[in-house]
Amino acid sequence: MALLHTVNKSPFERNGLESCLRHARDGSAILFIEDGVYALLRGAEHATMVEQAAPRCSMYALEADIAARGIEPKRLIDGVKLVDYYGFVDLVVAHDGVQSWL
Amino acid sequence: MADSLSADGSNPLQKAKRFLCINRRAPYGTIYALESLEVVLAAAAFEQRVTVLFMDDGVFQLVKGQETGALGVKNFSPTYKALESYEVERIVVERESLERRGLAPKDLVIPVEILGESEVSGLFESHDILLNF
Repeated sequence: MALLHTVNKSPFERNGLESCLRHARDGSAILFIEDGVYALLRGAEHATMVEQAAPRCSMYALEADIAARGIEPKRLIDGVKLVDYYGFVDLVVAHDGVQSWL
Repeated sequence: MADSLSADGSNPLQKAKRFLCINRRAPYGTIYALESLEVVLAAAAFEQRVTVLFMDDGVFQLVKGQETGALGVKNFSPTYKALESYEVERIVVERESLERRGLAPKDLVIPVEILGESEVSGLFESHDILLNF
């Protein structure tokens, strides 16, 4: 049983990221979308907690949301795979369920 | 009419208010950033004295290189470059908000005045009207 988790709120404003990281089991995937992508900025306050979870969960970010916010891929923490909207669908299909941390 | 003049001899009806527009939201997750920009441009067009402050997630509004084509929404970040020609008096960014987000002034679309937290607190007191977005 492997779930896909999505995080769509800024970690500076809401605690969805923290809850997600507490509840995501080893082997699950976390996809960062919309303002959730701000959690992945290298050097920002939440980078460390995401980096610590990266060895046990696969990390993905939606490319369109990264680009809209002016974040170059090199500004992201290591180990994050970028996906497009088709990749988003593939992730949903490949997992047993989706938990959206709204 | 002498009784319409204030103590310093100026006409209070002609005195422009000092507006502080406080931006605390990221640009695309909500409509706040775009609405704020429209209010700022309108206030400045009516020759009000406007300071625009970016703090907390609001600093993300000014990040360079925004490309919104794939989202299908308007990239309004180039409009911030127009604030100066609208004679917006001050554009202020809170230093601590940038630092917590791993950002530096060079990452922003326009040159701004960087102030620390305590100086930002002073802005809330030195303006007549506080507009929050």
